[in-house]
Amino acid sequence: MTAGPTEAPRWVGLVLLPVVNLVAAFALAGLVALALNESPIQLMHVLFFGAFGTLESVGFTLYYTTSFIFAGLAVAVAFHCGLFNIGGEGQAYIGGLGVGLVCLAFDTLPFIVVLPLALLAAMGFGAAWAYVPGWLQAKRGSHVVITTIMFNFIAAALMTYLLVDVLIKPGQSSPETREFAQGVWLPLAHDWLTAIGIPMPRSPLNLSFVFALAAAALVWVFIWHTRWGYELRAVGLNEEAAVYAGISPSRQIIVAMAISGGLAGLVGINEILGVHHRLLLGFPAGYGFIGIAVALMGRNHPVGVCLAALLFGALFQGGSEISFEMRNLNREMVVVIEGLVILFCGALENLFRPRLEALFRRRRAAAAA
Amino acid sequence: MTIKRRTFLGAGIALPGLAAFGGRALAQQNNQPPAIQFDMGGKFDRSFNQAAYDGAERFQRESSIRYLEFEVTNPTQREQGLRNLARRNPSVVVGVGFANRSPLEVVSREFPQIKFTLIDDVLDAANVQSVVFREHEGSFLVGMIAAMASRTAKVGFIGGMDIPLIRKFARGYSEGAKHVNANIEVFENMTGTTPSAWNDPSRGGELARSQIARGADVIYAAAGGTGIGVYQACREAGKYAIGVDSNQNHLHPGTMLTSMIKRVDVAVYDAMTSARAGTWRNGTRVLGLRENGVGWALDEHNRSLITADMERRVNEARDAIIAGRITVTDVTAR
Repeated sequence: MTAGPTEAPRWVGLVLLPVVNLVAAFALAGLVALALNESPIQLMHVLFFGAFGTLESVGFTLYYTTSFIFAGLAVAVAFHCGLFNIGGEGQAYIGGLGVGLVCLAFDTLPFIVVLPLALLAAMGFGAAWAYVPGWLQAKRGSHVVITTIMFNFIAAALMTYLLVDVLIKPGQSSPETREFAQGVWLPLAHDWLTAIGIPMPRSPLNLSFVFALAAAALVWVFIWHTRWGYELRAVGLNEEAAVYAGISPSRQIIVAMAISGGLAGLVGINEILGVHHRLLLGFPAGYGFIGIAVALMGRNHPVGVCLAALLFGALFQGGSEISFEMRNLNREMVVVIEGLVILFCGALENLFRPRLEALFRRRRAAAAA
Repeated sequence: MTIKRRTFLGAGIALPGLAAFGGRALAQQNNQPPAIQFDMGGKFDRSFNQAAYDGAERFQRESSIRYLEFEVTNPTQREQGLRNLARRNPSVVVGVGFANRSPLEVVSREFPQIKFTLIDDVLDAANVQSVVFREHEGSFLVGMIAAMASRTAKVGFIGGMDIPLIRKFARGYSEGAKHVNANIEVFENMTGTTPSAWNDPSRGGELARSQIARGADVIYAAAGGTGIGVYQACREAGKYAIGVDSNQNHLHPGTMLTSMIKRVDVAVYDAMTSARAGTWRNGTRVLGLRENGVGWALDEHNRSLITADMERRVNEARDAIIAGRITVTDVTAR
């Protein structure tokens, strides 16, 4: 697609603008560091090297990225149908429950049998947890934002009950299940890489990263290259027009929510089968909510979601290094930076856009003249 | 920064040799900084983590050795944080909270020459010291005080999350109250099902008001920062409250009947000091009434609320528990 003479080139909006927004966010974060008597240059240095400086830190960054991709895709799919799924957190929690139940029941079976079962359970449990709010929205008009938030709490209550009273390994005070047999753990990246001659220190990066990229590709195909995706987007863009075209909005709402929940449930694969190898309280740790920011930043496009997930993964990992290296800054600094990134890339989207676009329009007009 | 990292690596290679040497000469002093990992909730939760923070700060003041620290924000970071701390070759790594148990199991195997102290759960390993508290014993005593101070024969308990550790507090409290008055009613509420339950003062206040409406006139909170709201609500309604973990009597003198003290600060301080002095030992330390690891707080802020008779009966019960004449149920006993 070529831009008309009066339009700014496409790369301005897709590349330059996000970069400018990010730079502005980091500049402001630097000022906060300055106010706390720490060097902003060192802050950026610690953040960057903490996230990408060693193979180990890259492993951690990509591990966080994996969960954020799943959570971001979940929000993006629902958004294409005009739905705001705030329930990723609960759907991930319940997806993890599915994985845990499969592993506790079948971890004596070979990996190749358990893996598909665990994947199906993660998606199935997550989808089921999102199906109910979807159905309530489609058939009863209960707003999906409200119901998914409430379902997060129901999921947390259910998991607390199950882990404290039913699934807990006896004889410990920590509400966790027993560890799954080692045979069903997802292969870890450092094991493969070390096996083929690239020594990599231990990190939680595992096969789920590949699943996440595959899920992103599948979502792209589904949304833009299938009839189902077309119908889903049609409902999202204009429900009345969709009805006129013979599409049933209530059906699309339920389908979109179920797919969204299934994607969120896959967070459980990364966390439970990939890293913790046991069910434990609170493992989604807010990933479901960060997925909303990831989807917003990534403009609900799988490529954008992957890039935004990488950014947040890097902030998460680099941020945990800040408190080791800089005594005056603590973990809340990372929250400040995340907040600024979201603010500039989301809420203040139009701060730089009109000026940048006008600048390039003028140049283009000058070049054409 | 890169230079700094190289120094760390260099130290990492050179110092395990030294540490092994120190291991042979048992009482050799280790002036490496100790390390501590706070759990979710953070070191300023005014309760459990903050007690650990106080212990670490006391060590730092007395020894002038600056400790290393990390605050966990999600479950995966527990293992990452412990490993990061262990890599800096500290004299000891203290993991605060039972959730550190599984990550410590992995990391303590990777660093056999580093000492680890786990607080609130037990892990058997040659380089791990476990510190657990008999919270049910301390809760029993404050339960007795609650029952003796109550005029309505109805007392309340507000916990954070419904997990085994908090049930241990609740059970001890209720048994203590019933020890004084077999017909007393004990209301029990948990604040929530997510970790935010440990830091939700407004919800704590609501629960306290609802228990007060049902007739409770003494409320014990074992809910971290949520307790602040409970105490506030009790003060506004003119009822009594009981604090937890740290001595919270000073928060609202006249309202705070007493506090159930759990000496996490002492456990942390001891671990750091003994690691420095070379007297640190692995194995399990169980801190109950006998060891002064738990207890009830009596100071100038609540002196006027505790009658001589109450004090006598509670101290008798304390002696009886230590002597084994009263058994308090430990719901987490294995």
